[in-house]
Amino acid sequence: MSHPFEIQLAHIRETLLLMSTLTDRSLTLAVRAVAERDDKLADLVEASDSEIDQLEIKVDDLVVTYMATHGPMARDSRLMLIASKISSNLERVADQATTIARRARALNKEPELLDVVDIPVMAAMTQELLREAITSFVEGRYELAQALIPRDKEIDELNRRIAAKLISLMMESPENVTRGVHLMTIAKAIERAADHVQNIAEEVFYLYSGQDIRHEQGA
Amino acid sequence: MDEIPKTAAPPEPVAHAAIEVDHLDFFYGDHQALYDIHLQIPAHKVTAFIGPSGCGKSTLLRCFNRMNDLVPVARIGHGQVRIHGTDIYGPKVDPIELRKRVGMVFQKSNPFPKSIYENVIYGLRIQGRTNRNELDEVVERSLRQAALWDEVKDRLHESGLGLSGGQQQRLCIARAIAVEPEIILMDEPCSALDPIATSKVEELIFDLKKLYTIVIVTHNMQQAGRCSDVTAFFYLGKLIEMDRTEKIFTNPGEKQTEDYITGRFG
Repeated sequence: MSHPFEIQLAHIRETLLLMSTLTDRSLTLAVRAVAERDDKLADLVEASDSEIDQLEIKVDDLVVTYMATHGPMARDSRLMLIASKISSNLERVADQATTIARRARALNKEPELLDVVDIPVMAAMTQELLREAITSFVEGRYELAQALIPRDKEIDELNRRIAAKLISLMMESPENVTRGVHLMTIAKAIERAADHVQNIAEEVFYLYSGQDIRHEQGA
Repeated sequence: MDEIPKTAAPPEPVAHAAIEVDHLDFFYGDHQALYDIHLQIPAHKVTAFIGPSGCGKSTLLRCFNRMNDLVPVARIGHGQVRIHGTDIYGPKVDPIELRKRVGMVFQKSNPFPKSIYENVIYGLRIQGRTNRNELDEVVERSLRQAALWDEVKDRLHESGLGLSGGQQQRLCIARAIAVEPEIILMDEPCSALDPIATSKVEELIFDLKKLYTIVIVTHNMQQAGRCSDVTAFFYLGKLIEMDRTEKIFTNPGEKQTEDYITGRFG
């Protein structure tokens, strides 16, 4: 039988899990809003943003209450710290999804610019990282979390390639400039979302290993 | 779940050990209470002993001033306890003299039914010291060190039993330090105190370590975390882990330690 405090710890974990599910969904919908040129999908992303914001507040509230009432030690004290950080990073990923959705709505007013195929690929890579980071958190797999960290560089590289391609399109024709800027902003938003996922992976590694590996590669 | 990597460095060697416990086995009759305890207590630091009831932490504490001699069936089976290199169970060691060097503060404050002044100098009286100026000086110094002077200086000749619980415990600490011990043993010194009195005793412990080596037994994890420099975790008469307090309470090396301090034990 679980101790009552373990039920409260599980509640914190479950809230993070719910938050990550909603964030993942927002990213999916935002990128579909771009690829499918669908404003309704963009509306759904914006609508769920406040729900994710509220969950961030809820996680912090649960953490503060648990710390005040239980005085957690060792791994539990690390969970308090990283739960708050993970929720903050998830909220920022969701903010990036909102940015993508807004730009999608602006893009949808313009004629389609075909050279956007790499953006869904980049988004899919980021979402895969997010899912694996959350899996490592749920299953206590610090080695999986550690393995995810270098993969952020692949997304950075893809962003550079997309930016270069868009710059070249914009140089070809002034008509491409507005759409090019929107698409560069979208790619940058995905790249930033991946940075936040990398932070989550580092936090999960710290939770289960007790070792802080942030900033080790001058990242 | 992945196994937590064990990358932590072993505890740093103690540069100046006040107490060395060398492979100590200890028995109450046929019951073995301590198994092969091997550790060093660093001088001028606070060392906390933690562990569930019956784990042997108080027994080990009482070995340091031979309080266990007062228990008829208690005996050391093997090993030594050395203070500054001397085996304190050696034939030439007088337990009374030893207890002057190794003072003790108990769970329940136990002032004598005497004045505050007489409580503090009780040990000196036994030693036959009667010089009034010297005794006055010891009373003031001890009460100041015990952070009690300002509260009692105007009523030194009133009964120690009239003080609050927290003041009584600080009076007992003053009594312990009046004989200028090298080491102070504290067995759950705050368990009967309210949070404010506990806080005062904890501040006192922090100040006293400049002058004395302190070993404290506590069931209060937060107190061990707040007060001590080094923490030792015991279970079923064995030393499971001893390390810097910061390490023990943030990332202990042993699963049993982690389970205990996070409340998952058993």
